[in-house]
Formats: sequence, C-alpha cells, structure tokens
Amino acid sequence: MMSRGVNTGMKARTLTRHARESLKSISRNGWMTFASVSAVTVTLILVGVFFVIMMNLNRVAQTIEGDVEIRVHIDVAANKQDQENLKKQIETLSEVKSITFSSKKQELNNLIKSLGTEGKAFKLFEQDNPLNDVYVVKTKNPTDTMKAASKIEKMNYVSKVMYGQGQVEKLFKFIKASRNVGFVLIIGLLFTAVFLISNTIKITIIARRREIKIMRLVGATNNFIRWPFLLEGLWLGILGAILPIILITIAYSNAYDYLAPKLKGNFIQILPVDPFMYQISGILILMGAVIGVFGSVMSVRKFLKF
Amino acid sequence: MIEMQEVFKKYPNGVTAVNGIDVRINQGEFVYVVGPSGAGKSTFIKMMYREEVPTLGTIMVNGVNIAKIKPKKIPLFRRNLGVVFQDFKLLPTLTVYENIAFALEVIEAQPKFIKKRVMEVLDLVNLKHKARMLPTELSGGEQQRVSIARSIVNSPKVVIADEPTGNLDPETSWEIMNIFDEINTRGTTVVMATHNKEIVNTIKHRVIAIESGKIVRDEQRGEYGYES
Ligand SMILES: Nc1ncnc2c1ncn2[C@@H]1O[C@H](COP(=O)(O)OP(=O)(O)OP(=O)(O)O)[C@@H](O)[C@H]1O
Ligand SMILES: [Mg+2]
Repeated sequence: MMSRGVNTGMKARTLTRHARESLKSISRNGWMTFASVSAVTVTLILVGVFFVIMMNLNRVAQTIEGDVEIRVHIDVAANKQDQENLKKQIETLSEVKSITFSSKKQELNNLIKSLGTEGKAFKLFEQDNPLNDVYVVKTKNPTDTMKAASKIEKMNYVSKVMYGQGQVEKLFKFIKASRNVGFVLIIGLLFTAVFLISNTIKITIIARRREIKIMRLVGATNNFIRWPFLLEGLWLGILGAILPIILITIAYSNAYDYLAPKLKGNFIQILPVDPFMYQISGILILMGAVIGVFGSVMSVRKFLKF
Repeated sequence: MIEMQEVFKKYPNGVTAVNGIDVRINQGEFVYVVGPSGAGKSTFIKMMYREEVPTLGTIMVNGVNIAKIKPKKIPLFRRNLGVVFQDFKLLPTLTVYENIAFALEVIEAQPKFIKKRVMEVLDLVNLKHKARMLPTELSGGEQQRVSIARSIVNSPKVVIADEPTGNLDPETSWEIMNIFDEINTRGTTVVMATHNKEIVNTIKHRVIAIESGKIVRDEQRGEYGYES
C-alpha cells in the first residue's frame, strides 16, 4: 500500500518536472519556436482545407454512387422469352447487384411526371408509345458501372445502354486526381514541418548538452532525458494546430451558412458544421502532435547513443 | 572492485591509447594514476565509467563487465559510481544546492531523501553556508567541492577523478585532497589521475604509472616518479 502511494506521487512529480523543462525551452528558443510553429500552422491549414474538400467530395460521391444505375433499353423486336433470356444473362454478370423491369408504359408515366405540366403533351403517345421496355440494373460497385454497361451492350435484343453519361466517372477521376496532388503536397509540407521541429529541438539539445552529459553521468535513464524534448515537440505541434483550427472553423461555418440554404432540396449536401468541425479539429491536433513528437524523436535519437 | 584484463583501446583515428592493461583495484583502495601527458590516463579512466568502450578485453566494475554491458543498463551501472573532472562540470544556472540535488532528481529519488542527503554532502565538503549561491559566485576550490559533493551524493562504491586539482592552486588542491581522503576513509574506492607530484609524494597511496598505454609501475605507497 505504502509503496504504491509513493510510486504514483513520484510519477506525477517527474511529469511536472518534464513539462516545466519543456515549457522553459519553448520560451527560451524564441524565433526557432516561432518558425517551427509557423511551419506546422501552414502545413495544417493546407491539410485542413484539403480534408474539408475531400470529405465533402467523398460525401457527394457517395450520394451519387447510390444513384448510379444502368438503363438497358430492350429492343422492340424482343418477345417475352427473349426478355427473360436477356434478364438471365445480365444477372449472371458478376458486377450486377440487382435488376428490375420497367415497362414502356411505366417509363412514359415517369417521363410525364418528371416533366410536370409540359409533360401532358406526351399523353398523346399513350396510344402509340415510342419508348422501350427497360431493365434498370444496379452494380455492386459504382466503379464497375462502365464495365458492366459495355458487357450488356453486346447482348442480343439490347437497343441502347444508358448510364451516368460519364459524369460519375469524371467525378471519381477528379476526386482521385485531387487526392493524389493533395497527398504529394501535404507529404512535402509534413516533411518540412518535421524538419523544422527537429531543428528546433536540436537547438534545445545543444543548449542543454552540458546538462544532458551530467544527467547521463549520474545515471539518468534515456527515457528520463528524452521526455522534456518529446513534450517540447508535442507543444510545438499542438500550438501549430490552433490557428488552422480557428481559421478553418470560421471559414467553413461561413461557407456552410452561405451554401446550405442554396443546396436545400438538392440531393447534394455539404457536411454540417457540427460534428464535422470537431472531427477536423481532432484530426489537426492529432497531426500536429504527431509531427511534433516525430520531429523531436528524430533529433533526440542520435544524442542518446551510448 | 575494478578489474581489467587484457584491455586495449584504439580510437577510430588509429591512436592506440591503451595497449594491454591488466589491473585489479580492490574495494576501499585509493589509487593515483600518473604518467606523462598523452600516456592514456584519461582513456584508462574513461573506460571505467563506460564513457569509452575498450576495443578488446574485459572490465569488471562492481561485478558488471562493462565492456559488454547493454546500453539500457548503463544508467543503473553509473548510479554506483561518481565522477569528478578538472573543469567541475557544474550547471551555471543552478545554485550549489540545486546542482547537487540535480543528480538525485534525475534518478527520481524521493524529495525528502534528496533534501536530507544534499545537506549531508554539503556538510562533508563544508559548503552548507553557500548552498544558495551560484557556481560563478564561488572560488575554483569551492566549485570543485560542489562537484565532489555531487559525485558522492548517490553514495557510490567508487569515485573516479580525472585531474581534479588540475585547475587549482596548491593550497586549494590540498583542501580537495583532504576531502577525497575523507571519502576514501569512509570506504569508497578512489581512482584519481593526477599530475600533482607533491600530493602523490605526501599523501601516500597506491601509484599506477602509465606510459604509452601500458602500466610501467604499480606500487603500494608509491612515489610520483616524474619531474613535474
Ligand atoms: N577521443 C579521442 N579520439 C582520438 N584520440 C584520442 C581521443 N582521446 C584521446 N586520444 C589520444 O589518445 C592518447 C591518450 O590520451 P589520453 O587523454 O588518455 O592521455 P592522458 O594520459 O590523459 O593525457 P593528459 O595527461 O594530457 O591528460 C593521446 O594520444 C590522445 O591524442
Ligand atoms: Mg587526461
């Protein structure tokens, strides 16, 4: 019992000491602290903007994904048996999730409905419907749409195959491309930030070389020596995350207030400020912390070899 | 106890500073290490506290072969010995008290124990009244006393000193030597490299003379043996 109380007391005391030491060097390093915090800030602003855009695009893509379907127009020459055969053929495709039949009569009704008052003119066609019967095919994976469509196109009694007209593919391509560009940019920035932090910590270490040497002589463990530097990196990273969080939250809230009413009723929506901004803030703090700790690990390592 | 067997040290630049040393120093001994400049005294001493690693050979210190010790175990090993340098190696921003307490704080000793123990060693080196001063406010001899106090605050079995009086005037050197003698009387092994002829010839102890990385003489109650 006794020794347990003593141990926990010791840990808290040690942690306080490490925190105090790390804060001391942050204030002492002045310009280097400022430079590395700024580097983290710039990096995280860009990372944050990138995340905001990517996550919204992803959300739009997901919404559209659920909506992607292939409309297979059946040749008028096909009889009931031919239609059945076609259906079976389509069903055997591995990409296909579901297939539903929509008669030309239903198709016309849908068309009339979607056109509203102007659609009434099409009522004339009810006697002599020019439309085709249609199979509505959904694929398991939205990216398979194109592949499945081209297979179906070659089947008998298919007069025409229609699907997202390339819109979906374009969107996916765009998302993919911007993701890659963003990644390259961000990785470059992350390296810069890590490098600057590790340099700042190196300056601290050099300023404290004497102290570290004595600590090692009297038998301080490497972990004990390392802690203040890890904390210093951590603070630098977290400090660097504050401004990006504030700026992005303000900008996004304004953008949301502006866009959300315009998108009302539209099936495309942007992510609501709450909880999205909390998630982004969490990500940014975490990234700042990782950058900072990583930067200090890099510079401490070589000073602690025996 | 310190025991070296067939110890060689070749630095990366090709200099062989220690060239086959066998020696045994028992617990409680006081040993002077003497010899010309560049003979390998500091190298010999640095290997005892694992500042340098021998190229060949075994070095047993307090029952541990530190030629083969795992890096993780070095901190614990060092808590059992104290080291004193010519240039004191005090932290200029800490007071006398803090400099000594530092050695206990970084090995996470209990605050109560630290207070008691620091006052004890300050008393031993006669600096209780200057506990709150900064090193820059002290004379060289006083600074060295602080550094000695720090080296024994862990109650080590061995104290290793590399020319502890090298920067001090003769009179102050005697004060410092008396403190080492006192520490030794209390049972601590002392190994000291020195160029101080007068002291070696007056306060008689075992003398190990090193030349070109080899022990050329090893006498109980020996003489310095060189012109200083
Ligand atoms: N870190 C090092 N790297 C390379 N060579 C070294 C190193 N330290 C010492 N030496 C060389 O090893 C030899 C022995 O040096 P050492 O410092 O052990 O001598 P010493 O007996 O302590 O001399 P002094 O009385 O002047 O202090 C010298 O030739 C020196 O130049
Ligand atoms: Mg020397």
